[in-house]
Amino acid sequence: MSITHYDGLAVGDVVAERRVTLTRDSLVRYAGASGDFNPIHYRDDVATSVGLPGVLAHGMLTMGLAVQPVVDWVGDPAAVSDYQVRFTRPVPVDAAAGAEVFIVAKVGQLDAEAREARIDLTVSFDGATVLGKAQVRVRLA
Amino acid sequence: MSINPEIQGKSYPQTEPYLVGREKVREFSRAVLATSPINLDVEAARAAGHADIVAPPTFPIVIQELTLQQLLSDPDAGVDFSRVVHGDQRFTATRAIVAGDELRATLTVTAVKQLGGHSMITSETVVVDPGGDHVVTALSTLVVRGDES
Repeated sequence: MSITHYDGLAVGDVVAERRVTLTRDSLVRYAGASGDFNPIHYRDDVATSVGLPGVLAHGMLTMGLAVQPVVDWVGDPAAVSDYQVRFTRPVPVDAAAGAEVFIVAKVGQLDAEAREARIDLTVSFDGATVLGKAQVRVRLA
Repeated sequence: MSINPEIQGKSYPQTEPYLVGREKVREFSRAVLATSPINLDVEAARAAGHADIVAPPTFPIVIQELTLQQLLSDPDAGVDFSRVVHGDQRFTATRAIVAGDELRATLTVTAVKQLGGHSMITSETVVVDPGGDHVVTALSTLVVRGDES
């Protein structure tokens, strides 16, 4: 695999788009892999008892999956040097239907000297964005 | 209950070395729906110039988590875990984590703020390799919801 080239990119270019369906299985898998066993991510009774609509996706799962279209576009996960998000809205995951998350990755800023790009993510669920200031800095070839 | 503002500036002891296992990287990669062969396949990772498979960009949370536990269990901090919500998160890496790395982490509380009825605690976890070289810094803001919510 090779790293995507800096040349030819322009601010505003959409570099990746992806639709991902999360299920309760995805949440259990992420809980095990990350060690985050907060029951609001797998028990509706606990989630509703603290005022939530139901079981929510881990914010870190949403953050973790949202960067993957950028990783695939750039060609190497090691090319990501900086990644930040704000968690602005929860993603409830229905037991039967799951939750569909839509990711759009766009060039936000270019640094010709460093041959780096800032990729801005728009991550939405049910028509509303769930992450704020979601920015990925990548080193390009 | 609000967070004790005096813990701003406090650092916790460096964590014991965390050995990044290859199967742990694969497990985490699958959990975040990573599809890059460099996250999963040793040959592909080596062909791209890495010593072993590369962990996804958010993998440092696993090591940061060990330091957040120090903060959350600190009686001086007074954080009520049942009211904690993740506000924001950032990873700034000098290099990617690869399977076989042995990493240690040190958390410092960088800010404690009150906003409305909520408390916000920002921390910085610096992750280093056995030579002390910087690998990644994880910044996190936890929001502790006030009583009225």
